[in-house]
Order: sequence, then C-alpha cells, then structure tokens
Amino acid sequence: MFNRRDFLKSTGAASTFIAASGVTPGLLPAWAQSNGRADLSGINVLSGTEYDLHVGKKRVMIDGKPGNGVVVNDQLPAPLLRWKEGDDITLRVTNHLKVDTSIHWHGILLPFQMDGVPGVTFPGIKPGETFTYKFPVKQAGTYWYHSHSGLQEQSGHYGPIIIEPKNGYPQEFDREYVVVLSDWTFENPHRLFAKLKKMGHGYNFQQRDLAEFLSDVRKNGLGATMADRNMWGAMRMTPTDLSDVTGASYTYLINGHGPNDNWTGIFNPGERVRLRFINSSAMTIFNVRIPGLPMTVVQADGLDVKSVETDEFQMGVAETYDVIVEPKDQAYTLMCESIERAGFVRATLAPRAGMEAEVPPLRERPKLTMKDMGGMDHGDMDHGSMDHSSMTEMDHAAMGHTMPEPEPTVDHSTMDHSQMDHAAMGHTMPEPEPTVDHSTMDHSQMDHAAMGHTMPEPEPTVDHSTMDHSQMDHAAKGHDMSNMESMEMQAHNHRKDHGVVNTAMSPVSRLHEPGIGLENVPHRALTYMDLEALEMNPDMRAPEREMELHLTSNMERYMWSFDGIKFSEIKENIFFKKDERIRLTMVNDTMMPHPIHLHGMFFDVVTVEGSHFKPRKHTIIVKPGEKLSVDITADAIGDWAFHCHLMYHMHAGMFRVVSVRENLPNPHAHHNMGDMS
Amino acid sequence: MKKIMFTFAVMTSSAFAQEPLDQYYSPEEMAASRAMLKHITGAMNQTFVMADKFEYRPANGGALAWEAKGWHGGDKEKLWINSEAEYSFEEDGFEEGNVEILYSRAVSPFFDVQAGIKQDFNMGPGRTYGQIGFMGLAPYWFELGGALNISNKGEVSANFEVEYELLLTQRLILQPAAEISINFEDIEEMGIGSGLSDLEAGLRLRYEIFREIAPYIGVSWHKKFGQTAEFAEHHGHSSSEASFVAGVRMWY
Repeated sequence: MFNRRDFLKSTGAASTFIAASGVTPGLLPAWAQSNGRADLSGINVLSGTEYDLHVGKKRVMIDGKPGNGVVVNDQLPAPLLRWKEGDDITLRVTNHLKVDTSIHWHGILLPFQMDGVPGVTFPGIKPGETFTYKFPVKQAGTYWYHSHSGLQEQSGHYGPIIIEPKNGYPQEFDREYVVVLSDWTFENPHRLFAKLKKMGHGYNFQQRDLAEFLSDVRKNGLGATMADRNMWGAMRMTPTDLSDVTGASYTYLINGHGPNDNWTGIFNPGERVRLRFINSSAMTIFNVRIPGLPMTVVQADGLDVKSVETDEFQMGVAETYDVIVEPKDQAYTLMCESIERAGFVRATLAPRAGMEAEVPPLRERPKLTMKDMGGMDHGDMDHGSMDHSSMTEMDHAAMGHTMPEPEPTVDHSTMDHSQMDHAAMGHTMPEPEPTVDHSTMDHSQMDHAAMGHTMPEPEPTVDHSTMDHSQMDHAAKGHDMSNMESMEMQAHNHRKDHGVVNTAMSPVSRLHEPGIGLENVPHRALTYMDLEALEMNPDMRAPEREMELHLTSNMERYMWSFDGIKFSEIKENIFFKKDERIRLTMVNDTMMPHPIHLHGMFFDVVTVEGSHFKPRKHTIIVKPGEKLSVDITADAIGDWAFHCHLMYHMHAGMFRVVSVRENLPNPHAHHNMGDMS
Repeated sequence: MKKIMFTFAVMTSSAFAQEPLDQYYSPEEMAASRAMLKHITGAMNQTFVMADKFEYRPANGGALAWEAKGWHGGDKEKLWINSEAEYSFEEDGFEEGNVEILYSRAVSPFFDVQAGIKQDFNMGPGRTYGQIGFMGLAPYWFELGGALNISNKGEVSANFEVEYELLLTQRLILQPAAEISINFEDIEEMGIGSGLSDLEAGLRLRYEIFREIAPYIGVSWHKKFGQTAEFAEHHGHSSSEASFVAGVRMWY
C-alpha cells in the first residue's frame, strides 16, 4: 500500500529529473521540469489548504521557441495543486491580465458558485481583482484546473490537481509522475478560431490528393476508387477530417515540454510507477502508448476503476487516466500521437539520466469510414448515388452463398467480425437482431455455402449502421430507395437548418471500440467497455426520465451546436429536478468525436445496463455516428456548464447550461432541450 | 404578437434561472457576464477578405486583373463585397470592372442567397444593377454561384460560375474555373448581344506557401459568342483570346 513514507520517497525522487533540455528555469513548475536545476522536492508543487494563484502573461519557451503564455504563478503549465480528501481549500486567484479571467476546477464536486465559469456560476475575475474560492474537497484522484474565460486555456492557463485519498490507495505504487498533455500554438488563438470560421479545413494538410487517388486505384481498382470518391464528394465531406486544428499549427507538450525538449521521468528498476495522464489540450485527442511497456489503468477521470491492462488508449480532451507501469532497467518512450497523426509529443521514462528509447514514427493517418456517419442523412443532397437503404432488395443468391439469421439466444459475444471483408463478398452484412451484439463476431472462417444455410430477408427493424459500405457500388446494383421507410431510424426532433449538415439515421453504441484509428492496432487498446468502477456506484436507481441530445455541426461553416442550436441562440437552460436520476442519451450527428463534459456531476456511463459498477466520468468521448447513454444523479443544486471540451467547438456554440432546481419550471417543457420554435 | 410572447418567455425562464446565483453575486454583474458568454459562444462576427485572383496578363499589351471578395458577419447573415476588374496598360484604363455589395443569408447547410447592387466602373458606358443570386458548395465539391441582374435601364442578364479545386499535393492545387454570361437583349452601346454572350474559363495552378498566400500561374481563356462576338469583331477586337496569367491568391 502507498503510505506516507512511500510518498516522501516519491516526491524526493522527483528531484532526480535529468537535464535534457535548454528550457529557461523558472518558466516551468518544478514537477514539470526536467532540467534538474531547481530544487524539485516540493517547492513548486503547491500543497496545503491555502493558495495564492496569480494569473498573468509571460514570454515562455516552448520546445525551444519563445511564445506568449497565459500563466499561473509564472508557470506553464500552472502549478500542481496537491490536496487531501476532506480538507477545506481556500484559493485566492488574482488577475494580472488586462482582460477577465477565471479558474474552473475540472471534475471537482463543489458548490456551484465556486465552479468558476463566467456567465454561468460567477461573474468572472476582473483585471486587478482577487477572487477567493473556498470549498471542501469531497473526493480523491487526478483532476485539473483551467481558465473558462475566452481562449486563455489555449495559451497555457491549465494545471494539474492531485487529491490524496483519505484511506490510502487501493493499488500499490512506489513513485508517481503527472503527465500533462497539451497543445500549444504560436498563433493567436482568436486568429486561429477566425481561420477555422473562414476555412474549416485550413489546418488539414493530410487531405486526399492525386497521389492517394492513384495509389487507391492501384490497390482497389478504378471503379471502387471512383465509387468511394463519389460517395464522399456527394456528401461534401472528407474522410480525413479528424481534427480541426492539427500538428500543422500545434506543438504538442508533455508537462510544458515539446518533443525536442524530451521531458524525462526517472525511476529505479523494479519500481511500480504511477503515471497520472491529464489531457489539458484545447483541441487535441491523443493516442497514448509506451512501446514495450504494458499499462495497467487504475483510474479514469479521478475515480478508481478495476485494474485493466492495456497497451494504448485514446484520450479525449479533459479526460484523465491513471496507469501503473513496471518498467525494466531500460528507457521507454512515452508516445502521444494526435488523433489525426499530423503531430506527436514524446517523453522518456528512464532508469538513468540521458537515456533515450527509440521514438516510433507516426503511424499512417486514419480515415473516417461510413460507420462514422451512423447511416447519415443529408439535408439537401441527392441520395441516388449512395443509397444504402435497400439492402433487402439485394440478390444474395447471386453471391454464391447464403447466410443465416443467427438465433437471438446464441452468444456471439466472443466472435470477431473485424476481419470480415464485406466488399469482397459483394454485399454487406446487416445486424439482423437489434438485441444481439454481433459486433465482435468473427465470420471470416465461415463457409456459408458449405453450411447449407439459407438466408432470410432481414427484419424491417434491422440496423445497418455498422456496415462498411465504403467499397460498395450501389449504382451498379440498381438499388432504389423504395424500402427506406421500413428501416428503424433515429428520430431527429431538433432544428435542422443551415447549421446541421447531417443527421445519423441509425447511430449505434461504440463503447466497445477504442476510438478512431485504433480499430486495427496490433496490440490491446482500451475501450470504455473495459472500464468498471472499483466501488459500487453511489446511486443505483434506474433513471426516471430520459433526455436525448444531438451533437450537431456544419463543418463547412464551422458551426457546432447541440440539437442544431448554438448557445448564443438558446432561450432556456436544461432543467434537472434536484435528486432525480436522469438518463442522458447523446447522438453524435457529426463526423468528429466530441469529449462532452458536464460540470458539477458525474456521468455513470451505461456500458452494461443495470450494472452497479458503471464507470463514472466527468468527460466522455462520443464517437461519430454513436449513440450512447449516461445516467446522472442531479444532486447538485445550481447552474452548471455542459459542453464539448474541444475549445473551438464550445466557442462556436456547442454549450448549454444545466440548471438543477428543487422544482422544474415547467414540467412539460423540460424535454425540449433547445428552442424548437 | 409573436414577438411579445417571445420576450415574455425569455424573461420568465431567465428570471428563474438566475435565482440561486444572484444570492451570491450582484444580479447586474451576473446579467452582464451572461450576456457576454452568450455573445462569445456562437454569436461572434468575423471579417474575411480574399483576393482569389490578383494577376498579370501579358497578352495585348498587358493587363492587371483581380477578383476579390470579402464579408463581415456571422453564420447566418453576412454583408458581402465582391469586385472584379481588368486594368489594361495599353488602354490605360479599366476594360471592365465592377463592385457588388450584397446581403447574404444562409438558406441551407451549403448555400446562401444574396441580394444587393452591382456597379460597373469600366471605361465604356456603365450600369447600376439590382442583383439577386446564390452561392455555395454543390455535391462533389463544386463551388457554384449565379446571379440575375436588372440594370438601371431595365436590361436583364444572368451569370453563372463554377470552380473546382484538385489537390495534386497538399499544397499544389489545380483550380479550373468557368463563368458564363447570358443576356436577354442586345445592348449595342456595351457591345453585348442577346443570348449566351461570354465564356471565361481559367486553369490556375497555385502553391500554398501558407494557406493564406499562394502564388500561381495559369491560363485564362475568354470567348464571346453570337452577336456579342460580332460587335467585338466590328470594333476590331478579337472575339476569342487566351492569355497566360501569373498572380497570387491571398486571404485574411
């Protein structure tokens, strides 16, 4: 067990950081420095119950280049705050900027007037003013804090929080490091946002070009390549649109250090090292791995989970993961690729100073597939060339085999479908029973003909959303749309005007998937389904009511919203009744993953319906084309921000206020989460 | 009536929403910060300026030509200003030139309708037009635009343009573009005949040093048809001309 002596050993060991960079001392907090010039045994790690934090501007060195940072106590990232569960904390925050500032304590459960969101929970901190935050610490774990004012977070206004548990750690470890991931730009964040508004694809230098077209023709033939280009072109979308802001503008940082700086954490061989990963980025979803070193995930978003070993995980903006590793007597590269793989940051874990491991090259950039569209429907497009609806009209006999409809009682849960090449079979496979999860079936070895199966017509309620249609030439098969109405479709009772390009017709749960680009990695990759709370959920009631919220966008106009409505157009907050148990179901109609965050309350992620060990998170990635549910106990009176944590999506309008009240203002109105007028 | 109801709804819901917070902070300060949050979270305007074409055409004694556009506004409504011109060094004046000022409104995810006025400023007899049109992105990434014009003398004309971008590499981009003009009557003083009068086609190859700055080279081809061609030939001009062009595309 982790005890006080271990803790001293661990913080003492922090002073053995090595000199790996020429970063100016003093700009980085001690825990983030790797140059060993400062006394790192706790000076810049702020702990205790009283804090003075000063928000200001400063020239900072980022990966060897000077830039303008918004800093806390002259540091980027801001100081590590080390609290103890049960303590009463006082933080005096003084604003030395010329504009308003704020600090929001991300994931911390506290009285709403201390939550630090200007325009929602307080008026903000004016220039020259000191605001005093005071609240009891009711939880333990890894969290972080950041500005909720303007775009300050992009410029460095974020820092980690570690809260020591009152009753010790459930897992043993000998040493710990905080790993704060972030994305730095030398551009002015406001200019960056303006560029996105004017040219949404402006930062994407991984678009499909002529060379890729030719290579696809060589690989797949002209017909298939044209059909694929045709399909994306018809939708005015591109399968390479994974990040709005990419490595073309960003320098990615670990604890304030870029890849050249090579932040290094030292360990003694044989030690169990706890790494507390925090994604403090403005816009970057990271894929995190340590080649050659398995990671045991023990905590997600500050709350303990049952230990689960993995080799890689995708980390949404604002999520945190604690992992424990047992490195051998060698150096390891901590590799964090941005989701679109146009950039990365690495750090080193090593037993001795100066050691370095191989830095793996960036992997091939992933592409969106038809699955990411959830059976997408487009407002004003011609469906003639890309109709998927008439699967029941397909001539299966001509495919030279037949396929059975599996019995609903069969347990397919261990099967692997992933190797199945639908394209080669000239058809795609419907998921015949909505109640059965076939998603992990392996049909690749199945000889349907030899099995003498016959293939029934799929049920009208069939869900086609998980099919890969990307290689399919519908036009050639003469499909029509006559059976469109027979499909079970997702309702879209929200606004669909110029701000909404597409709606997911048949979105699916993707909680069992590790995330875009990690579907086919040759090692384990964490999924939300792998997460199980270590402690039983505090509220085990079934939800009393369900709300559905759609994540919507028009990337061409760079508009982002919930239910088609930007926050600037919102007339009414979302109301929760105090102590009610709500099921919030989110449908992602966009082509991007969104890390969705609710302040003040945790999401109980419905991985397994009825489970009392649902993973509890403050931020959850909703994948493109996904429909997922979280249960919320509305136990915190007040107004709470609810938003996409991709900063420019929030800034563009993907934001709401959730008001928890003793009584709902209008019991008939609360199902409408936006203005439907 | 609807508007009054609407105001009432806003007041009741927001008054309810503010209640708990205003125990802690001044209601005036909270109201101001709420308004600010609303404004910056989806309602901010932007200003865009682009010289899509800014080029030298060495043919016929040389000419400087531009096609520029700019807008200010939000997601739904914008004020657009477009300008096209060709300055001939031989003639020492604008062979053609115009400025459009348009109100633009998003009517679908990819299309805006636009209405406003257009003013000629070429060397010959000019016109002022009332204009209504559309612009947007069609399937398969074709940028389309079209407008119907009615001049101050009652003449009606229309023009359509289409543009495409082919990525040879991530920064080397081939841009074919074409524009046609149709007139509904002869306007002899302007050398315009009825029917399809003009076709302008171009092929430009640009290199995006930055997204915002891209030098290019290309060819521009201009052909007049029917009565319009005859008018041109009558005045000793060619009805068809092709020119090499070199320029730079810039935006901010």
